[in-house]
Amino acid sequence: MPDRPSGHDRATRRLWPTLALPGTLWLIALFVVPTYAVMAVAFSGQINIFNEPIPAWNPLDWEFSTFTTVVTDSFTPSGVYHEVWVRTAIYSFWALVICVSIGYPVAYYTARLAGRRRGLILALILAPWWINYITRMLAWINLLQDDGYVNKALGWFGIPPHAWLSGSSFTVVWALAYGYLPYFIIPLFASLDRIDERLLEASRDLGVGTVRTFLHVTLPLSRMGLITALVITALPMAGDYYTNTIVSGSPNTNMVGNQIELFLLEGPQKNIGAGLVLLLSLVLMFFMFYYLILTQRASREATR
Amino acid sequence: MTVTERPAVSEVSAPTRTRVPPWRNPWRRPYVLAAITWAYILWSLVPVLIAIQFSFNDGRSRSTWQGFSLQWYCCNEGSVFEDPSMLHSLRNSLILGIATVLVATPLGVALAMGLTRWRSRASGVANGIALIPLVTPEIVVGSALYLVFVNLYQFVPLGRPAMLLGHVTFSVSYVLVIVRSRLLSIGGEYEEAARDLGANSLQGIRTILLPLLMPAVFASAMIVFAASLDDFVVSQFLFGSAENETVPILLYNSVRASPTPALNALATILLVGTFLALILTVLVLKARRRGSDESALETLADWG
Repeated sequence: MPDRPSGHDRATRRLWPTLALPGTLWLIALFVVPTYAVMAVAFSGQINIFNEPIPAWNPLDWEFSTFTTVVTDSFTPSGVYHEVWVRTAIYSFWALVICVSIGYPVAYYTARLAGRRRGLILALILAPWWINYITRMLAWINLLQDDGYVNKALGWFGIPPHAWLSGSSFTVVWALAYGYLPYFIIPLFASLDRIDERLLEASRDLGVGTVRTFLHVTLPLSRMGLITALVITALPMAGDYYTNTIVSGSPNTNMVGNQIELFLLEGPQKNIGAGLVLLLSLVLMFFMFYYLILTQRASREATR
Repeated sequence: MTVTERPAVSEVSAPTRTRVPPWRNPWRRPYVLAAITWAYILWSLVPVLIAIQFSFNDGRSRSTWQGFSLQWYCCNEGSVFEDPSMLHSLRNSLILGIATVLVATPLGVALAMGLTRWRSRASGVANGIALIPLVTPEIVVGSALYLVFVNLYQFVPLGRPAMLLGHVTFSVSYVLVIVRSRLLSIGGEYEEAARDLGANSLQGIRTILLPLLMPAVFASAMIVFAASLDDFVVSQFLFGSAENETVPILLYNSVRASPTPALNALATILLVGTFLALILTVLVLKARRRGSDESALETLADWG
């Protein structure tokens, strides 16, 4: 859109910033400042009479002793939080492996091969998006109870009932995968759907087999979608605590999120909680910015 | 193409065509992928359907079917409509959802128009800030808001006001993304034409831009409503005391304490509310997009 000098131009130029102002101020007050508050609490050096940290709003007052302790306790093998971090990484890793191995085939089939039933399948795949996450976990609580359908079904095969809901890592990993798979499939579907059918036809016409077409054409072209899907699922999964509480409730399966919730909502040591939030954000920051840069690039390409 | 040798029966009838083993035939029907997809769909939805079924159970059990009844919905001791805390949570969720829509939609639409049409370095920065909430794990958003309300914005009490501010904060980014993609696809020509015909910028927005944006505005309002009903983490950090519980918080808190099918009934009511919003959105998008080759569902999928 070329800039043309005209009488309206100055008014227009003022109009757009004015429209953007309230939203920007809102996000500064309720997103940027709160993020700063996390740092102010994490780097606080003083406590009040309730043993709660007094936030250090002035960066000159920042003291890093608590945060340093949090970092050492997290990343040295003997640290108090080390186990929790390792568990978070392992659970997220396996849940993502399940997401890829189930999500990719489903997204691929829906985008490319579903044919007449495509609309129906897409609707069914989108449906979990609109079902409350807690409700979906609640549904599994019903099924996995000691006398629930799962144990009854196992009974038919002569397998003894299993206590699924008392601190089983297996249950937590599958619950995470179950919870986040819908969010994994959709971005992948969108990118597989955009692949030009003619490229695949060309590959077929040149005599390339299904497997090689997939490896050399489809997979590279869906790389962006796969990365998006992984980032979109990995970020909330790493900070998840509610899935764990619902399907396990045992400290033996605690993840970082559980530790953060414990310190922030149930105890006075909010500076340790804030320190863990900060550390989690730093670890995830890399993925967040990588993703933001990729999407910005993609949207620039789309508008060109 | 090299072919693994097989005693082919069809060689006599079709001597010119090379027999292709099934895994190399690109036109083979994708039975395996179809099976995975349908198995996934069943796995993702059947537990929820069973949970809904048990909300109609004629007994206290959530794992043994004892016949159909509406006793957990209404007019019985312990049913949703006789339980003050459940009724209260429904009301809280509904009010919070509507209030969030009313604040976040205008804020986000103005922000989207401002940021898309206003080209400067400042708008780039504002755009970046507005997208970060989308990729920030909820636990970080929730704990940051909690710390800022407790320590800095003490004039905002924890409870409904804090929850409203929190929900609007994560919703503004949804509105921004949806409305902006529509704005980019409309392009600037319509406004220029309006200006050339003598309309000032405000008239241009009111008579040209807003009507063109209406489907996106409506869809984002519905998505914000659904997201607010669905939210658990931000609410849990900000709800303060029991009388402000929303439905997801109540579900979460009671799922491990001896729950009755009334809990399933409550979850079902929440689910129906969300699906009404979804159906309304799809219908409106369909009506608006008649003649376009992209289906409303796919539009929704693309926004995901």
